[in-house]
Amino acid sequence: MAFRFGVVVFPGSNCEQDVQYALSYLGYEARYVWHQERQLHGFDALVLPGGFSYGDYLRCGAVARFSPVMDAVVSFAEAGGPVMGICNGFQILTEAHLLPGALLRNIGLKFLCQPVSLRVEQSVCLWTLPEDAGRVLRIPINHNEGNYICDADTLKALRANKQIVLRYVGDNDNDTGDDSGQLYQAPNGALDNIAGICNAAGNVFGLMPHPERVVDGISGCTDGRALFNSLVRRMVGVS
Amino acid sequence: MRHYDIYVTAKQGIFDPAGATAAAALDNLGFTGIEEVKIGKYIQLKTADEVGLEELTSMCEKLLANPVIEDFSIHADTA
Repeated sequence: MAFRFGVVVFPGSNCEQDVQYALSYLGYEARYVWHQERQLHGFDALVLPGGFSYGDYLRCGAVARFSPVMDAVVSFAEAGGPVMGICNGFQILTEAHLLPGALLRNIGLKFLCQPVSLRVEQSVCLWTLPEDAGRVLRIPINHNEGNYICDADTLKALRANKQIVLRYVGDNDNDTGDDSGQLYQAPNGALDNIAGICNAAGNVFGLMPHPERVVDGISGCTDGRALFNSLVRRMVGVS
Repeated sequence: MRHYDIYVTAKQGIFDPAGATAAAALDNLGFTGIEEVKIGKYIQLKTADEVGLEELTSMCEKLLANPVIEDFSIHADTA
């Protein structure tokens, strides 16, 4: 049976079809879950797609966090179920306290829509493979609030527990912020060049870039495949 | 009817680029001596009955503000 993803749709989500398409393209089953649902049955993993849930009113993700489906998403995550939040989905996961920190408005006050280079870090994340550590992926970003921030203690914990999954890097792979100092600054101003983090258990993963947009090759790159395939490979041993 | 004003601004230590930009623009216009501009949200709350500070604080902490990045203040309007 195909690995089954649930794609959680909020009013204002706008990347759910891209995610559904990308997952189907990769041979997985992907079903939409409307935000009014209170039960999540039969899913192997969940994806919270990008967009503007509830019009980004109040704060990005602040209202979606209280959608009826979110109690089930939290239970699924707490039971170890894999959850990926992309862009607005990442914002929702931080608002729901499934991931630490928050996403501020981009440092330059500009909406950013461009491909970026991301280094896969050695982390506890289920959505990457240990052998991919150090690999640089080209994946587009498309956001106004992607400037990751957290307090010093949280950053220390993220580093110590290997919860930093993806970092923005410059043209030179090593031209990046890491524990020793920051040479490159992410276009959105993200703290420590953080593009994606996971929870301590590694099953909940939030990232600002859109891997679903670089899966089928039509947009010039297929680097997004790695994240979805890695999870399935870890969960069922195939990819 | 009761009336409450809630102000939400970037937490101390969190950079507010919109505020910084406005501060620089004011300086360019010749308004000197500005130390800081903070741009935030103003939320007006109207209720039938009086609401305790504890409950208002809970509303802010749970939804109206994000304590990770924002400070809030609550002002009761007696008018």
